[in-house]
Amino acid sequence: MNWKTFYAMLSRDGHVARRNLIPTLVQNLLQPMLLTFVFGRILTTSGMMKMDYKNVLLPGIIAISMVLSGVWAVAMPLISEFQFTREIEDRLLAPMETHWLAVEKVIAGMIQAMVSGLVVIPSAWLVMGKGVSLDFSHPLEFAAVCLLVALLSAAGGLTLGCSIGQTQIGLMFSMVIAPMMMFGCAYYPWSALASFPTLQYVVLINPLVYASEGLRGTLAPDVQHISIPLVLGALVAFDLVLLVVGLKKFGDKAVS
Amino acid sequence: MGIGIRIEELRKVYDTPPPSAARGGGFSFTPMRTAGPKEKKKKLEVVALDNISLEIRPGEIFGLLGPNGAGKSTTIGILTTRTQPTSGRAFIGEYDVWKQQVKAKLLIGVVPQRPNLDFALTAREILLFHGAYFGQSAKERTRRADELIEKFKLTDRADHMVRGFSGGMMQRLSIARAMMHDPEVLFLDEPSAGLDPQTRLLLWEIIREYNRLGKTLVITTHYMDEADALCERLAIIDHGKIIAKGTPQELKASIPGGYLLRLRFDRVSDELLAQLRAIPGVSEVRSTEPGATDVYADRGGTLISGIVSSAQTAGVELRDVHIAEPSLENLFLHHTGRSLRD
Repeated sequence: MNWKTFYAMLSRDGHVARRNLIPTLVQNLLQPMLLTFVFGRILTTSGMMKMDYKNVLLPGIIAISMVLSGVWAVAMPLISEFQFTREIEDRLLAPMETHWLAVEKVIAGMIQAMVSGLVVIPSAWLVMGKGVSLDFSHPLEFAAVCLLVALLSAAGGLTLGCSIGQTQIGLMFSMVIAPMMMFGCAYYPWSALASFPTLQYVVLINPLVYASEGLRGTLAPDVQHISIPLVLGALVAFDLVLLVVGLKKFGDKAVS
Repeated sequence: MGIGIRIEELRKVYDTPPPSAARGGGFSFTPMRTAGPKEKKKKLEVVALDNISLEIRPGEIFGLLGPNGAGKSTTIGILTTRTQPTSGRAFIGEYDVWKQQVKAKLLIGVVPQRPNLDFALTAREILLFHGAYFGQSAKERTRRADELIEKFKLTDRADHMVRGFSGGMMQRLSIARAMMHDPEVLFLDEPSAGLDPQTRLLLWEIIREYNRLGKTLVITTHYMDEADALCERLAIIDHGKIIAKGTPQELKASIPGGYLLRLRFDRVSDELLAQLRAIPGVSEVRSTEPGATDVYADRGGTLISGIVSSAQTAGVELRDVHIAEPSLENLFLHHTGRSLRD
């Protein structure tokens, strides 16, 4: 393993991310902020939703932001760099085993997902206004969930980015990302699906469920949520599967 | 000094369509073996390389010559770790390219057929990051990048994003990038495709200069004059097989006669062929297609009168004559029956 090369690639991705900081921030923040404002402010202040819905919503918004920004940060560059321009080729020719390049992409994606989550917490808090009470009394569990969610998003981005072509990006959003967000228990706790028993079990194949429930369980433990050990176990399992599949697909794409 | 290359019985069969030109062979016209009725489920198979063995000496400029889809880029792909061979082995110096990829990658630089520059960076950053990937210190890579930017006349645009660069500029930057880590072996896949004649001469000079430092260069081309002018030794590839190898002089001398006269008649008869063979200086006569005959001879224009009288004796009409001087083009034609441009 050539750490110098690995670090150089990480700094390349960091450099590109810093150059695109403003558009990336807008892209990662605007949608969650709009959602936060409509659901967390308008609906609650107008009395259509109870005030404590804010505590249900905020962890879900953080989960969505982290997952989307991680997926986006890894999948999009991969899709375009593996296109006919083969921009990725100079890094594939660098003196390092090729799968480490995929690992580097995952690490860079994780960092972006974490930054995104960290920025969303205060922003969403501000947008929601009064009535939010987050509980930071379990910092270790919170950190573990955050790391696993970041890895989930980046490894998911790797798998997606190596599975689809440029022409299918739109389809990816409507067929994968949109249902994932709607059925990811981000806007409602998993327990709320109790009246739809089949759906309640079907959504368990959606990794976003564990991200939302995990963050809810650590930040707003008063809201009913899936138990933290179970969430951690599921996240580890999803992380491993996506990472293994993503690395395999990356290898297939990288070498002809 | 210098690093040699060895290829042993290399074979590559693609079971999916071969990759596009940035790394692979562009549009391939290599015949595809379609499955017979018994093996219906078998996917398509494209034999890109068919048991190629080759030795490239340390410090030489070696040319791989052949038409599109001949297997040149696949050979480069395998030698640069980007393509996995179906069987056989390839060595850069003492390292098995597939098994010791990282060690092999440290020794090589690659200029792809189509520029694959990192569009998220400026020209200078591309060079700097490339140096960093290869472990150069900040000081070293800054110095080297400045040098190359100057040498490749990119100073004005060094801090611009490469997205807006012209084809020629991208090509120059690709070469600069490949030289950034000072590799012992430099691969150039169709380096002068699409370059204007002036830039092409500049490129040749850069290649020769790099070679004078004791570096090994491997060039693929389908331009005969380029191979002739630049390469110390050549291998001519067609349909995944090496059909001839040697120095350009040796190869040219191997064509019977050297001169090629391509003749067209209204029709070709056995009598005509016999008459042509009898002309002094003619070493080989081949009827290639209806009405067309190739004559290999040791001289060119002075044979015309003999050809005209042979035609008259045989009662056929001579319609067209094309005289080609000894060249690699003739050699290719002699071995494959096809022109390189076909």
